[in-house]
Amino acid sequence: MSRPALLVGGRLLDPSQGLDAPGTILIRDGRIEACGPDIAGPEEAEVVDVGGLVVAPGFIDVHVHFREPGDEHKETIQSGAKCAVAGGFTTVWTMPNTDPPIDDPAAVGFVRASGERARGARVFPVGAASRGLRGEQMTEVGELVAAGAVAVSDDGNPIWNAGLLRRLLEYTQTFGVPVLQHAEDRDLACGGVMNEGKVATALGLRGVPNAAEAGMVARDCLIAELTGGHLHVCHVSTRESVEHIRRAKERAAHVTAEVTPHHLALTEDAVRFYRTEAKMNPPLRTEDDRAAVIEALADGTIDIIATDHAPHHYEEKEREFDDAPFGVVGLETALGIAVLELVETGMLTLGELVERLSCGPARIMGLEGGTLRPGSPGDIVVFDPAERWVVDPSTFLSGSHNTPFLGLELVGRVRATWVGGELRFRLPRESSPARRQSPSYAEKGGL
Amino acid sequence: MSASASRTPPEGLGLGKDLTGLQHLTGAQIKGILDTAEPFKEISERRIKKVPVLRGKTIVNLFLEPSTRTRISFEFAEKRLSADTVNIAASGSSVQKGESLVDTARNLEAMRIDMVVIRHGSSGAARFLADRIPSNVINAGDGQHEHPTQALLDLLTIRDRFGSLAGRRVCIIGDVRHSRVARSDIWGLLRCGAEVAVCGPRTLIPLGIEELGVAVLSRVEEAIEWAEALYVLRLQLERMDGGFVPSLREYNRFFGISRARLERAPRDIAVLHPGPMNRGVEIDSDVADGPWSLILPQVTNGVAVRMAVLYLLAGGQPELAESAKEAEG
Repeated sequence: MSRPALLVGGRLLDPSQGLDAPGTILIRDGRIEACGPDIAGPEEAEVVDVGGLVVAPGFIDVHVHFREPGDEHKETIQSGAKCAVAGGFTTVWTMPNTDPPIDDPAAVGFVRASGERARGARVFPVGAASRGLRGEQMTEVGELVAAGAVAVSDDGNPIWNAGLLRRLLEYTQTFGVPVLQHAEDRDLACGGVMNEGKVATALGLRGVPNAAEAGMVARDCLIAELTGGHLHVCHVSTRESVEHIRRAKERAAHVTAEVTPHHLALTEDAVRFYRTEAKMNPPLRTEDDRAAVIEALADGTIDIIATDHAPHHYEEKEREFDDAPFGVVGLETALGIAVLELVETGMLTLGELVERLSCGPARIMGLEGGTLRPGSPGDIVVFDPAERWVVDPSTFLSGSHNTPFLGLELVGRVRATWVGGELRFRLPRESSPARRQSPSYAEKGGL
Repeated sequence: MSASASRTPPEGLGLGKDLTGLQHLTGAQIKGILDTAEPFKEISERRIKKVPVLRGKTIVNLFLEPSTRTRISFEFAEKRLSADTVNIAASGSSVQKGESLVDTARNLEAMRIDMVVIRHGSSGAARFLADRIPSNVINAGDGQHEHPTQALLDLLTIRDRFGSLAGRRVCIIGDVRHSRVARSDIWGLLRCGAEVAVCGPRTLIPLGIEELGVAVLSRVEEAIEWAEALYVLRLQLERMDGGFVPSLREYNRFFGISRARLERAPRDIAVLHPGPMNRGVEIDSDVADGPWSLILPQVTNGVAVRMAVLYLLAGGQPELAESAKEAEG
């Protein structure tokens, strides 16, 4: 094991224990050994002066696409895990819609092993819910979990067969994993490429109505209530979906939900001029929907933020809108967007934001981490909540640059990330982030 | 007609490099194009139908979706202005081999062309091309987005018939959802001060259309009661497969424009159609060939309007159009 590290002079921000105070953290043997105001480390400890920045439990993103195997030109598990720590994420869940899909134990083992080797964020595979993501036959959920899968999903494809979803929500209870559902009625979506409404009508693009998502969310919530299984609703984008989730929670169904930074920040107006960087599924909606998902995140109806990080190659996005693939990258801009849109606007406190990014995902998914409590994994993010910076995709560590936030000034920037007590990312103190190097704080002693 | 040309500002219309749609044009710009088209009408009536306005200019007609009328109309307009033209269709071209639109465009550009007229199946394709090459780009129909020269010829035809566009009541009937012609006509008519309604089965009327500033009528009888001009859209036969309309027979019965319906109109009514027609579906033959029809004048005006657009984008001044066509050939 590496030397113990002592992070001094930070603002410890850990909603899991109601902590927001100056203090010190001692990391030893990969875990947090102590956390509080008056902590002294052993003599051999490396001392890192955090210089008043926020020290929080590492962020957890339960929804990313790392494209390996099959589309390594977009993202590899290596590049994905590295860009995750650059965004302050210490744990990511990778969706199984790769080529081939992650629908057997060997594939799950491949993702886990590749994640270990990447030495970025912890990479946990979500297994396919149905073989081949075809929505017909349940995968060997027990075998997938035994091999290291943390959830099951057919993400990208909705589980349309209500009987299959019912059986999944029942069967997964033995193994304690959630079913993550991309809610979209494909008959209503009808090949749409953006939100249905005035903007789509003017652009002559096929639209996807809110009901395509909300109708399936309503049905899924009823099945969750029927079965007692854990349904997690991915990337909520509409006011109507929020209402169905709120009602299901009132009725004590085991339903949780996530929202993406882009649905918190943008509306369908971003699609004007056929910007393929703003093409994603579910599509960007109206201002009314945006207000509804922000409000739902604030009141807890939507539990957490997840990025739906979906890398695509430049050439695939540089084409006619109809033909461009859905999806945007999000790991490296999530914090900056969230502070800008939620904290600066007074919708959330900084502590509440850390809860939605870290403690919340750990709590709803039953994960270790998401806390600075002694004994927890040494997964820590240090960030400057006030730093303003401009999004320049050429500096991304991700294999792809397809962001709708190009040139936007964000607030809040990750400075360093520890995973399992090891410094896995550090933003160079000066100069362009393009020169981010392999992390080593030892020679400088500070951030 | 040349008197109306004097209404355009002497410094030109400020159309910019391209014509990708009418949505972002002003009423004055649209009127300026129509006024410029007036003197060009006469060229097509001459025995020698050619003037040297675009001599030495190279124009590529990039038609990546089937088209007869629009392509031929553009080609006549280009040839009558003495431009050199090349036609590219999807089949038999590098596009069929999987070349991307941006690569096709850059290769054309490398051959030093001046203008591209593009027809493409994806909404936004003309804008996409215009943003990536320095040549002038004219949208000859992009997906379900816009077809600006079609709308301009429609506006010219309605103006010829009624003397003005302001205050005219025009109802667009049929498959508005999938129609680029409808969108361009809506923008063009609204910018010129006309009142616009749309009418058709609700499955073919897109959500949010009212927010563009048009009324929605659900029965064709109401449309005939209200309108001075009916713009009848082509019903794409593949819409039946999409389940938007149960049968052609039913469509004709409830939404087709027939002589019997028009004879009950409270006023003299004009009927337009962008072609090609499905006779007996959206329009009956005795309407298409009857006194109401402006369908062939539309086709004739198409050449003049396209000549005007080519002339203006090539840098021609609207007020000089009359003299330009008289120049030595």
